[in-house]
Amino acid sequence: MYRSLKRWWWLFTGPTIAAFIIGFVAPFALGVYLSFTKFTTVTKSRWVGLDNYARLLSDDTFLHSLWYTAAFALVTTVIINVVAFAVAYMLVKKFKGSNLYRSVFFMPNLIGGIVLGYVWLLLLNGILGHWARSITYSATYGFWGLVILVCWQQIGYMMVIYIAGLQSIPGELIESAEVDGATPRQTLRSVIIPLVMPSITVCTFLTITNGFKLFDQNLALTNGAPSRQSELLALNIYNTFYGRTAFEGVGQAKAVIFLIIVAAISLLQNRFARSKEA
Amino acid sequence: MRDPRHPKLWTVIFAIVAVAYLFPILLVLINSFKGKVFVSSEPFALPNAETFVGLENYITGIAKTDFLSSFGWSLVITIGSAFLILLCTSMTAWWIVRTDNRFAKSLYIVFLFNLVVPFQMVMFTLSWLTDYLGLGNPFGLWIVYLGFGAGLAVFIFTGFVKGIPTEIEEAATIDGCGPVRTFFLVVLPIMKPAVITVAILEVMWLWNDYLLPYLTLDIRTYKTVPIAVQYLKGGYGTVDMGAMMGVLVLAMIPVIIFYLFSQKHIIKGVVAGAVKG
Repeated sequence: MYRSLKRWWWLFTGPTIAAFIIGFVAPFALGVYLSFTKFTTVTKSRWVGLDNYARLLSDDTFLHSLWYTAAFALVTTVIINVVAFAVAYMLVKKFKGSNLYRSVFFMPNLIGGIVLGYVWLLLLNGILGHWARSITYSATYGFWGLVILVCWQQIGYMMVIYIAGLQSIPGELIESAEVDGATPRQTLRSVIIPLVMPSITVCTFLTITNGFKLFDQNLALTNGAPSRQSELLALNIYNTFYGRTAFEGVGQAKAVIFLIIVAAISLLQNRFARSKEA
Repeated sequence: MRDPRHPKLWTVIFAIVAVAYLFPILLVLINSFKGKVFVSSEPFALPNAETFVGLENYITGIAKTDFLSSFGWSLVITIGSAFLILLCTSMTAWWIVRTDNRFAKSLYIVFLFNLVVPFQMVMFTLSWLTDYLGLGNPFGLWIVYLGFGAGLAVFIFTGFVKGIPTEIEEAATIDGCGPVRTFFLVVLPIMKPAVITVAILEVMWLWNDYLLPYLTLDIRTYKTVPIAVQYLKGGYGTVDMGAMMGVLVLAMIPVIIFYLFSQKHIIKGVVAGAVKG
């Protein structure tokens, strides 16, 4: 039968491939090409070689957003994973309401980034108002505001993955460690953490890439203020495209660099996960 | 895992944390009943006789953002795109796994590549292309979303199909089923758990996606819920914080109700998707 299946490629893969070309392949190829040209619309472009890439190196807002984003991704990854693991570690134990609390912590993930951004704008500005300041007072305020927002949102997501990982550990393993006289801390370090390593790699990967790709929350909470100091990479690229004309080529070149960074992280993580499994 | 020594204490501690966790959302709900001036000036005060405005914020919010039609278009886009993604990519994934020739393998790699590409990479060219092809409406977005969202769906489906033994499908062939009938009558029912996982992940993305519809849709005619919320921020003028609160509540309530009824499936789906990812 599988031999005759080949003849049905047009039905099984045709619609997906057609949409995939429109929604991804063509825009992607065109995007790579346009990063080497000067253009204002897609149809009017002039080849300039590596000019756009040279220009983005002297773009201070871009270099700033690069470091800002790297710091943001690092900080959120550490906080989210440590807290999510700790909460998961408690919630797999039996006490009244542990299932309800799990549902509560996961809930923010269903609400979109734009909505969450404005929800937190109210709360953070309300608190900062006591000192007559707001979230856009400085880049540092925006940074920690975004960190709090994103941690609040994603801890629940990573927590459910850690809970599943913890629940898959056979109970006898932990019991036998305890019978052998291991302290709770030793059990955690030498039995539990190695066994949930697959969950840890998945969650760190998700949080790092989410951190680098973050856009909606940034747009709603600070929109880059003050003076583009709280712009993450994605928003910086967006503003380069749509904020001022004649910079579209630079924006596209930034997007290519952005892609390379995200792809490199994915590859590294993949290799790391494989080496752990082997 | 050993049970805690003081279960009651943990129940109390987590109850406090859970209420604190929901506080930002409760705060928006409280403020949605206050006059717009008071939302910014005293956000932590409960509404009183002076500040209470009833449903005024909801009414102005709905009127200003075209909220009801935005909600409808969000539904149309989310349900249509999710259905199309599930149908087309499950077929593609099965074909890729069972055919397993060089074309199928390279197709799979291209879909994998799609997973790592951030939207900003295709943002400008995609919005031009959808405009050029006349796809800048909710129904055209079904196709755009099928294209840009195919990677994750194909990835999860192929992972699942690889684990299905071929004997059942071969038996169906012997009984005279062609590939199409075999897929829809035999394979698709087996794939149900993966279909639920993909449906949940895609719906969570589609419903909340802001930038793709904002750049591709004709905003004057069609808005989605995230676009409606952002629309209140508008240009340089001050934001009507009252209307904003109303719209935020309206944007969150349907999602929370949906979550109350399907949380078990949602959490299971997220876990299944992550383990495969």
